[in-house]
Amino acid sequence: MNKQNTVKEPFIHITRRVSIKPVYSILIRLGAIVAALIVSGLMAFLLIEKLSQNPEKIGQYYISLVKGSFSNGEMTWKFFKNTAVLLCISLALTPAFRMRFWNIGAEGQTLMGVFGAISVSFYLGGKIPESLLIVLMFVGALICGAVWGLIPAIFKAFFNTNETLFTLMLNYIATFFVSFFLLKWVPSGNALGILEHGWLPTPIHNYFLIIAVVAIMTVVLFIYLYYSKHGYEINVVGESINTANYIGINVKKVIIRTMLLSGVLCGLAGFLIGAGLDHSITSETVGGRGFTAILVSWLAYFNPLIMALMAGLVVFLEMGAEQISQTFDVQGAIPKVIVGTILFFIIGCEFFINYEIHFRKSHKEEA
Amino acid sequence: MGWLNFIIESLAFGATFIYGSTGEIITEKSGNLNLGIPGIMCMGGAGGCLVLNYIGKSNMNPILIVLLGILCSFAASAVMGVIYSFMTVTLRCNQNVTGLAMTTFGVGLAWTIMAKLQQTKYLNTPKKYYRFPFSQNVTKWQEMGLDSMQKLGVMFFLAIIIAVLASFLLYRTKVGLNLRAVGENPATADAVGINVTRYKYIATCIGSGIAGLGGFYYIIDFSGSGEAYKSLEAYGWLSIALVIFALWRPHLTIVGSTVFGILFSCSSYITNISWIRTTMATKPLLRMLPYIVTIIVLVVTSIRNKKENQPPASLGLSYFREDR
Repeated sequence: MNKQNTVKEPFIHITRRVSIKPVYSILIRLGAIVAALIVSGLMAFLLIEKLSQNPEKIGQYYISLVKGSFSNGEMTWKFFKNTAVLLCISLALTPAFRMRFWNIGAEGQTLMGVFGAISVSFYLGGKIPESLLIVLMFVGALICGAVWGLIPAIFKAFFNTNETLFTLMLNYIATFFVSFFLLKWVPSGNALGILEHGWLPTPIHNYFLIIAVVAIMTVVLFIYLYYSKHGYEINVVGESINTANYIGINVKKVIIRTMLLSGVLCGLAGFLIGAGLDHSITSETVGGRGFTAILVSWLAYFNPLIMALMAGLVVFLEMGAEQISQTFDVQGAIPKVIVGTILFFIIGCEFFINYEIHFRKSHKEEA
Repeated sequence: MGWLNFIIESLAFGATFIYGSTGEIITEKSGNLNLGIPGIMCMGGAGGCLVLNYIGKSNMNPILIVLLGILCSFAASAVMGVIYSFMTVTLRCNQNVTGLAMTTFGVGLAWTIMAKLQQTKYLNTPKKYYRFPFSQNVTKWQEMGLDSMQKLGVMFFLAIIIAVLASFLLYRTKVGLNLRAVGENPATADAVGINVTRYKYIATCIGSGIAGLGGFYYIIDFSGSGEAYKSLEAYGWLSIALVIFALWRPHLTIVGSTVFGILFSCSSYITNISWIRTTMATKPLLRMLPYIVTIIVLVVTSIRNKKENQPPASLGLSYFREDR
């Protein structure tokens, strides 16, 4: 009789963990990364011909992965620069995400930021003093980013329009908006060359200023989100709009203010890219970093300090994958496959941190 | 006849979106917001072409070639759906993030596969079979100035059939009712005895499979060029937009896709008309149109706030029975 009762019990039983020791959560993540590296190696083995013909070169695969970011000093600077830019966009998304406003429009907002900076430099470059130009570029970038963030926020606040799809559409509109102006500026359809005016100063190293700005921004945003009244209001609106209304938070105001901040920070990222790095613009300037930033922000549980590590990890993977495709001389999109595979594991391992799996066996012993 | 040709061209182009958004609607009705559709559509294209690469030039029965291509395209993208469901339903990962990773992975893998295939094998011969009813007397259509007719092939009609069937299934059958219940409120559905996990898995896999067919259709039939796969990603995002445009009703995607097709190709059409003076710079402005129209639809439906036009209530949320 007892047997029948035990048969009914499912083989696997999942419960939510109340808490987890930090050691375990780090171990689980490390395990996931190791598994991800092994599986990505297998994927590469299947897809890269030079590797499947010479299996002994698999060591080179992993060496290239590291070499991509740290082969020499210049590469390391580049690694930190890429991390800073990606981190900047991720940070920009974070206030909105903490409010459960799923802004996936960082790509467009950042591109508009670049556009704001570059258009000021294009029209006024050489006509006004350099320092004034940089200030105006800065303002232009922030305004453009802010406008692009504000549009969906206003509709969300007043009509509860779905922000995920709205911001997604705005990405494409921004792309075509920029191509429109590029064709106005360079009617022949050629690329806009590098502009000579409005370059950010470069103390110590070309990339130093950008890295420093983003580092400061990380700390400031951390304090803003965790230790300020605004940060608290963002959290409450994210948890429950009813509670927010009940304790007297003006939800519409918080939504609009937070998205304004999000847009302004995207604009800042755009300013750093436009005035500090590219000094030019194409419709592809942001190059998907706006989407990657969503991943980074989410993987860090919307915590700015962890986000710095996660941005580093993702950039490390991307640069490593790039190096791999150079080492093995492969064309096409192999880096994307490698990065995608590894991301699956990093995303998936959260399950083992948040949930606990019980097997039937252990229950029997207890009985 | 230029305008008629243009309408037919838009219709044929729209079929890509019919597949993509019908697939996404079925997925979303189960409560899964699959942002991996661009990657899945690329994989659908790559899966079908991979098989045609082997059988395309053989003297197999053309009907069999067509069927095998469609089947493998469906299978390849359904496998992507399985990965997505495993991550979001079983492992309860965030759907937006998983979807974005799927897009990165799918686009990467599809491009890698497509770069290895030979266009002469997978495209040039099988193209005729897929464009079946109207490809027989191409010269006649060309004389009439209706080149686009040949693009209305087998898979174009399949798209319309699938869209209508999906609408019927979702809104007129018990399975559809259950599926919509899962998307609206999985806890209630679970209490009634509906197997939430199974519904989510099956809907996502079938939805992904259908979306993948869109990628295959675009490469093999509509575009018929070896470079076509490179623009698929953008059309995947448009398909997601079209879901809103069609108010989560698969049969409306037929109308929506045609409108999208017209809006999308009018940029090249209008610039070719001699009496409308346009510059190069107008083109990007015209290409903005589909996205602007989508936003307008999104805003209008949210202002009108009619219950039946809203997204499924639990869209984007993972379901865990023990949560309250």
